[in-house]
Amino acid sequence: MLSIQNLHAGIEEREILNGINLEIKAGEVHAIMGPNGSGKSTLASVLAGRDGYNVTQGTADFAGKNFLDLSPEDRAREGLFLAFQYPVEIPGVSTTNFIKTAVNETRKYHGQEPLDAVGFLKLMKEKMKMLHIDQSLLSRSLNEGFSGGEKKRNEIFQMIMLQPKLAILDETDSGLDIDALRIVAHGVNQFRSKDNGVLVVTHYQRLLDYIVPDFVHVLYNGRIVKSGTKELALELEEKGYDFIKNQVNEPETV
Amino acid sequence: MNEMLSTLEETALSDYKYGFVTNIEADSAPKGLNEDIVRFISAKKNEPEWMLEWRLKAYRHWLKMVEPQWANLKYPPIDFQDIIYYSAPKTKANPKSLDEIDPELKKTFDKLGISLEEQKRLTGVAVDAVIDSVSIGTSFKEQLAELGIIFCSMSEAIREHPELVRKYLGSVVPMTDNYFSALNSAVFSDGSFCFIPSGVRCPMELSTYFRINAENTGQFERTLIVAEDNSYVSYLEGCTAPMRDENQLHAAVVELVALSHAEIKYSTVQNWYPGDKEGKGGIYNFVTKRGICAGEHAKISWTQVETGSAITWKYPSVILKGDHSIGEFYSVAVTNNHQQADTGTKMQHLGKNTKSRIVSKGISAGFSNNSYRGLVHIGKTAKNARNHSQCDSLLLGDKCGAHTFPYIEVKNNDSVVEHEATTSKIGEDQIFYCNQRGLDTETAVALIINGFAKEVMNQLPMEFAVEAQKLLAISLEGSVG
Ligand SMILES: Nc1ncnc2c1ncn2[C@@H]1O[C@H](COP(=O)(O)OP(=O)(O)OP(=O)(O)O)[C@@H](O)[C@H]1O
Ligand SMILES: [Mg+2]
Repeated sequence: MLSIQNLHAGIEEREILNGINLEIKAGEVHAIMGPNGSGKSTLASVLAGRDGYNVTQGTADFAGKNFLDLSPEDRAREGLFLAFQYPVEIPGVSTTNFIKTAVNETRKYHGQEPLDAVGFLKLMKEKMKMLHIDQSLLSRSLNEGFSGGEKKRNEIFQMIMLQPKLAILDETDSGLDIDALRIVAHGVNQFRSKDNGVLVVTHYQRLLDYIVPDFVHVLYNGRIVKSGTKELALELEEKGYDFIKNQVNEPETV
Repeated sequence: MNEMLSTLEETALSDYKYGFVTNIEADSAPKGLNEDIVRFISAKKNEPEWMLEWRLKAYRHWLKMVEPQWANLKYPPIDFQDIIYYSAPKTKANPKSLDEIDPELKKTFDKLGISLEEQKRLTGVAVDAVIDSVSIGTSFKEQLAELGIIFCSMSEAIREHPELVRKYLGSVVPMTDNYFSALNSAVFSDGSFCFIPSGVRCPMELSTYFRINAENTGQFERTLIVAEDNSYVSYLEGCTAPMRDENQLHAAVVELVALSHAEIKYSTVQNWYPGDKEGKGGIYNFVTKRGICAGEHAKISWTQVETGSAITWKYPSVILKGDHSIGEFYSVAVTNNHQQADTGTKMQHLGKNTKSRIVSKGISAGFSNNSYRGLVHIGKTAKNARNHSQCDSLLLGDKCGAHTFPYIEVKNNDSVVEHEATTSKIGEDQIFYCNQRGLDTETAVALIINGFAKEVMNQLPMEFAVEAQKLLAISLEGSVG
């Protein structure tokens, strides 16, 4: 469903992504790992259409469309969801109201009637249980004063409510306590189906014990330098990134 | 972000839905101002001699005054001789019932979404409709009269209830108070008069809808609300005007009197024509609004949503004279394009244990300037007084300005005054977050703005809150691309 070819992108003059190739099919879970600053969040931002990033080369097709031509809101409505590494706060806008607006904007795009208050609350109640989210949290202003873990859980809750085709989770595990990690992973696993795909960005093998990926990629200096199966994550955990860096820096050994 | 900012200037003019003109013959005074014009207005309204004397006194005082310059506003000098001070639609004077109102005028108000028919019963709102210098009709008068409530135009009150008008008119805002109040006292046209007798809780929202229609005409409305002991009233005013290239002057005076244990809740949704995106045309809005909590435990609450006018100069204030009285000011002021607003409040604590609360939310976009100006005065006698002020500014873009001028005077030792202020911008990251959830930028901005203004919007009567929310969004449409 997502096909990225030779993607180069950056900010202003600076190139951050140097030719990314990645293919995600429906039903697959991919994990991207890589050292700080390697470009993981940048990739997520470019895919989601954040202003300020220039794509200089390459393509990204999603569900058969050239994704890079769409506005960020249309990409979302077409089924791309990004769980942010740092979710923003919007004072005075209740989380419930925000999610309802999001759900109904997407329905409108697909020519569906908006959900009324009753229908929406019913749907919400169902999904709240799955993520052990309390009503009182959803009545509060979006992310305002939420703990780090609450913010991340709220991101996954929105994913479940919006039912996207492809979800990119940018370090959703960081900041979660052990129980919350399990709950969030459970939510993601419930979400997984043969019709959708998930791209998990993480630093820790731990998360991949719960959300077992079909493929693991290592991003380094804006390029995917190694791909493998879940065993690659274990190897990284054990050896650190140095062995990858050495391989990259001495191309003859690759 | 830069792309976003570059479209900041492009606000669609068509957003002002109320810019049409009603073609109706008008009965007008000649341009200019002198004693004869004052006499003309008074005669047109069949006023008693005392009223004319009062107006003339105000006029003579005004001649000796100079226009205030202290506000953070820039505009060319106003030529007071180039204004028409009285204009009334030529139609049957004093319609006995709403059925006698000219259909053309009824249509105007229908178009504005204000129904003068009593079908408004369902929503429980009584309306007084003022067009240019006269009131054209008031609904629900009889039903209110059964409770002893008087709700009528000011002109009618002067004729029918002179004892009340003489007692209270100018008692809160003296005619000499300031330049614009003196001018208003001399030439005021129409407005509403409300009187709620002792012990009565007004069962419906009272509201006045002000409409400027005629060209080159100033509107000088005068509103007086008196709530006797243990009474309650909630009042709302709305305003619109046609789009014209010339600036038009609006100088109103509103006086509120709350006696002991009485409560007056006064809400304004001000949407006068703001001018075009180059800053041409628009209403100059110079308004004096003041209430007095005259008795113990009285409460006056001002709520305003200010989105219109080229220039807004307005400081709804409360004199807290009665012990334990409460004053509140909740304001959202939006400026876009070249609009300028200098608005705020004055809380004058005189009584013991008096409390006041100020919540001001300024939103600026385009090339506009938005200033909060407030004074909290705690007098020697105001033992144990309390004030809390919160002034927040939100900027859209980097060519607009937000300013805060809080003045605090405390003359005793056991009072507490707290002031908080913040300035923020709508973040590109907030908008992107919303985009990523399927909201387009316009919807995102509307959501963020309404969130920012929520504390104030919550104070509006239910019937008007939804309209006001839409108005906020419309005023800022196109300001973030
Ligand atoms: N707005 C920006 N302006 C300039 N440089 C940026 C900007 N955003 C990211 N970068 C740079 O691009 C590089 C990649 O950043 P990115 O956030 O994509 O890394 P990451 O792989 O997500 O790292 P982390 O694991 O720490 O989250 C970094 O060197 C970063 O400093
Ligand atoms: Mg990152």
